[in-house]
Amino acid sequence: MESINAADTAWLMVCSALVLLMTPGLAMLYGGMVRAKSALNMVLMSFAALAVVTITWIMLGYSLAFGASTWGLVGDLREIGLVDMLDQTYGVEGHKVPMVVFVMFQLTFAVLTTALLSGAIADRAKFGSWVLFTIVWSLVVYAPIAHWAWGFQGGQGGWIGDRLGALDFAGGTVVEINSGASALALALVLGRRIGFRRDPMRPHSLPLVMLGAGLLWFGWLGFNPGSALAADGTAAVALINTQISGAGAILAWLLFEKIRDGKATTFGAASGAIAGLVAITPACGFVTPLGALAIGIAAGLVCAWAVGLKYRLGFDDSLDVVGVHGVGGIVGMLGIGVFAATVANAAGANGLVFGGGFGLLGKQTIAVLGTMVFAFSMTWVIATIIDKTIGFRVDPEDEIAGVDTTQHAESAYDYAGVSGGSVLGAHPVSGQR
Amino acid sequence: MRLITAIIKPFKLEAVKEAFQAIGIDGMTVSEASGYGRQRGHVEVYRGAEYTVDLVPKVRIEILADESDVDRVVDAIVGAARTEKIGDGKVWVTPVERVVRVRTGEQGHDAI
Repeated sequence: MESINAADTAWLMVCSALVLLMTPGLAMLYGGMVRAKSALNMVLMSFAALAVVTITWIMLGYSLAFGASTWGLVGDLREIGLVDMLDQTYGVEGHKVPMVVFVMFQLTFAVLTTALLSGAIADRAKFGSWVLFTIVWSLVVYAPIAHWAWGFQGGQGGWIGDRLGALDFAGGTVVEINSGASALALALVLGRRIGFRRDPMRPHSLPLVMLGAGLLWFGWLGFNPGSALAADGTAAVALINTQISGAGAILAWLLFEKIRDGKATTFGAASGAIAGLVAITPACGFVTPLGALAIGIAAGLVCAWAVGLKYRLGFDDSLDVVGVHGVGGIVGMLGIGVFAATVANAAGANGLVFGGGFGLLGKQTIAVLGTMVFAFSMTWVIATIIDKTIGFRVDPEDEIAGVDTTQHAESAYDYAGVSGGSVLGAHPVSGQR
Repeated sequence: MRLITAIIKPFKLEAVKEAFQAIGIDGMTVSEASGYGRQRGHVEVYRGAEYTVDLVPKVRIEILADESDVDRVVDAIVGAARTEKIGDGKVWVTPVERVVRVRTGEQGHDAI
């Protein structure tokens, strides 16, 4: 292997672990947000995405995302199965890392983004259909968009990042807007849960939600700074900006709630943190700390308002993937057009307030719209085909009984105090009564 | 022989227990209950969505007593559990046909 940069390699290996932990973290966040009867299904959808997308990514996804570009739309098929890749390197001169480390780092993003979509279809999806969906979606929707934003091939790569010149440091388009627009399509294809807008669907465990939010934040400190693909000054800027935006958004969300609803809530704090971290994702390597604060505050306020849209418009995006990731991603992508500064990153650009004019904002807008249209329409097609063939939604009786027992024959909690924790009448191994 | 059933606010359980001890009653059955009466439930807000939670947590106390003790027991519960705010609960008394102590087979008054 030609000479690699040991510091960059070590940093990206650590970041891979940090970002991978975000998916179990998301499982905790989502698991706590649903009612007790579907907590396990929610957790398992994330873990299933972790397993499925790991395989699809090394078999085909990585090649489609980072292989040689066709018209800036998608990579080629030469890297299938990571064949002949073990002695290859990736990166610019002086910052080369083993190719498989880059593959692994990017893999963790593909896993998390796919898992994010499950929030739109809580309480009602057939598990097998979800698994099939993740296979197709990770290849047909995620990989191309990753190519658009991050397939840098000297101006001949992906159309958003390499040709148009829109900026997306760590996944405002690829991860956030992509998951938000896809989640909207999924929610529309599967339809509303029974009792939506009528029955109380309270989060069954807010402590679990807080634990998940904390794990996500921890992982985000690898997700964003790691996207510098080097242990350098840009990674440092991304690190501090990520922290600032998350903090600003918590306070903004809590203030919004206090004024509108009368009380600041724990759930609001978790939601605000995620909204702020989402919004700074594309911007973290291009803005100044004060720019990050502005983006975080904006995301907290806008997302706190946006999560209410589903009740008014009547789509059941159950865990607010659209309102938090979609809307937060847009805030961040457009925020770059306003707050980007070359003092933060010489390889970036100047936005509106730093005298860059409207040019960058225009490019960012095009990137947002392109991602939204492609993600929404492709996801709608994939989900509809699955729904019309093998079915995507469980029977109403199963939905009411809860997908944990009907899809997995498990229940998350055993409160059977009378029998000391064992189910009366059931015997192990034989199951005889 | 009477069965006295009381639904009270959970945090008043200790006060009722102490009131029982003061009048020499040593035994009761407690279970968790939920329900609502005229006070209805309360409102909770999650990501701006308001939910009315109808069922309020309560504690149910059941106690067997001789007819001559019923008034003292009921007064003890009412006195100890009262906060004078809505949702304090209810106490009612029902006749009991037969009582048996499982360990000894004693019946009626001896079984209490």
